[in-house]
Amino acid sequence: MSLKPSFLQNETTAKLIWPLAALSAIIVFNLLFTPGFFHIEIKDGHLFGSLIDILNRGAPVMLVSIGMTLVFATGGVDLSVGAVIAISGAIAAHIIRPDYVKGVIEYGEVAPLIWVIGIPLLISLVAGLWNGMLVAYIGVQPIIATLILMVAGRGIAQLITEGKIVVFIHEPFQYIGGGFLFGIPVPIVLVLATLVVTYLLTRRTALGIFIEAIGANPKASLYMGIRANVIKVAVYMFCALCAGVAGLIICSDIKAADANNAGLFLELDAIAAVIIGGTMWGGRFTVAGSIIGALIIQSLTTTILTRGIAPEITLVFKAVVIICVALIQSETFRQLIAGHLLKKEAGK
Amino acid sequence: MKIRLNQKNIPLFATIAVFFLIYAIGGFMYSGFFSLRVFANLFIDNAFIGIIAIGMTFVIISGEIDLSVGSVIAFIGVLLASLVHDYAMHPMLAILICLVFGALFGCAMGCLIHFFQLPSFLVTLVGMFLARGLAFLLSLNSIPIKHPFFEELVDFGVQLTRKVWIPSTAMVFVAVFILGVYLSHFTKFGRNAYAIGGNEQSAILMGLPVGKTKILIFTLNGTLCALAGVVYSLYTMSGYPLACVGLELDVIAAVVIGGTLLTGGVGYVEGTLIGVLILGLIQTFITFQGTLSSWWTKIVVGVLLFVFILLQRYLSSAYSGKDMRSEETASDQGGQASAGATKEASR
Repeated sequence: MSLKPSFLQNETTAKLIWPLAALSAIIVFNLLFTPGFFHIEIKDGHLFGSLIDILNRGAPVMLVSIGMTLVFATGGVDLSVGAVIAISGAIAAHIIRPDYVKGVIEYGEVAPLIWVIGIPLLISLVAGLWNGMLVAYIGVQPIIATLILMVAGRGIAQLITEGKIVVFIHEPFQYIGGGFLFGIPVPIVLVLATLVVTYLLTRRTALGIFIEAIGANPKASLYMGIRANVIKVAVYMFCALCAGVAGLIICSDIKAADANNAGLFLELDAIAAVIIGGTMWGGRFTVAGSIIGALIIQSLTTTILTRGIAPEITLVFKAVVIICVALIQSETFRQLIAGHLLKKEAGK
Repeated sequence: MKIRLNQKNIPLFATIAVFFLIYAIGGFMYSGFFSLRVFANLFIDNAFIGIIAIGMTFVIISGEIDLSVGSVIAFIGVLLASLVHDYAMHPMLAILICLVFGALFGCAMGCLIHFFQLPSFLVTLVGMFLARGLAFLLSLNSIPIKHPFFEELVDFGVQLTRKVWIPSTAMVFVAVFILGVYLSHFTKFGRNAYAIGGNEQSAILMGLPVGKTKILIFTLNGTLCALAGVVYSLYTMSGYPLACVGLELDVIAAVVIGGTLLTGGVGYVEGTLIGVLILGLIQTFITFQGTLSSWWTKIVVGVLLFVFILLQRYLSSAYSGKDMRSEETASDQGGQASAGATKEASR
């Protein structure tokens, strides 16, 4: 790797060009056709506007896609993030109002914030540990190992809330989903913090290269003496932790825990974001690309909403965007197109 | 040779044992659990899951996966309902259009997977988004299906005993099951599917039509999905775009519990039938129990899935004669190394 650093760096940036182009296309479209899209104003010292809204609404997907990128890089996938989101939110709400499911409306003592945040995140880590152990030590394929928690996890979340939507009021906790730090919405701050931590851990230490090595060539990484199993477990735990934070954001934003719908289909959005961002199964990854991917998905959704197009069409758009990006990244497709163009030129 | 075959059958025997165990426990705990009617209801209530599970068995045997099935069912339901209800088309023609659409949808996904070497997981994920989105585009609400022909279809059936009645949907399920058994054991197509799942490289080197078989498998699966969609809309007499969210997981769980190895190459359509019946039994059990909430179904299915995957891991390492650990790493690396190799080759 050290032989051609400049060439590699070019490749990494080159990978980001396609997703960036797609994102700019959406933004330019809005610049031309959606009035007030770029209007950002400061109300009571807080930032408001469509662009801020995209960042804010996209925060859960961005968070999960950061974790998912690392899992992808080890050659795995984590389908259970949606269920972990539901569990994390359900536990937080349960700690705030433990007797709600029994029909008690009073609050009792106000639960300290540290428990409300700490315990759900701890449980998320346990969920990640479970996934990681299955994948690394028992050797189950990642899709299936995480499928178990995806099926059972939502059932567990339902069990915690007993199928009810647990509504609550808890001022300090609501700050996570709806508060502002220096005028910036807290979810955005959380995403930035996670991004910085991930960058430092994977690019300023050897961890990132280890992760890529495990995904790109497990055998070679074994001979190099990388402890693949430990790293895999750590990556799955990190992904689940990201999902747990996302769950807290969603739960605190709507001031309720909905075990049925919280994080539903979010795993698909996150996987789509990672793939759009240019990380493929096993090997090199770019967290920045995944963030751009998540932003593409969210700005598509926001654009469709602000343009007044029926929001149902969002799913179709997502499908078309993902398949186009996947095709562009497929070598066979590129060669097909290239061959077609060459033939045309030869014909002339 | 004989011992190896027996060992391959262990997951299937385990599945059958679990089925009888749950059935026996249910029978001893609740009166009426053993009745023929409850048993017939297993086929009636799970007809649509069973039909897709049989298609999915072929997909998983060939080493691929299909995540789009739940959405396709929902889309077919809405398409059928809106064709009959809004466009006043004859149901026969509408059902035909639905089946053709399913076949084309599956075929398109198979082509993308084969020709552009995209992972099946990604392509079918897109299929899932697309089908659900198209269903939303057609209608956001539930559309009722009211047509004399449909009522005739629903009422058509065989009276087994005074209380037990087998409707047409259950018969379709049984017919598809017999077709699946025939395809998997007695045709070239079935043997090719097993060969591809066992080792795709070897299958290519042997000169088997890998691409054609893969596309055919996905076409078959798409058609069966559409058929299941038709059966489902007969079962509910409506088309609803949010129907069957997460059904793909139940279907995959049924196939895995039925003893099909997720790595491909090993599995039986017969096992899948038992797997579907086990899912149905769990639901029946929880209904009979009465106080357990319905989401226990999900948890029990998750636990069963876990147990069967562990069993599969143990067995697949047992028959190679090596110790478990080295087999694991070897098979892991085999899969990933070949993926890496294709990636390198494509660069």
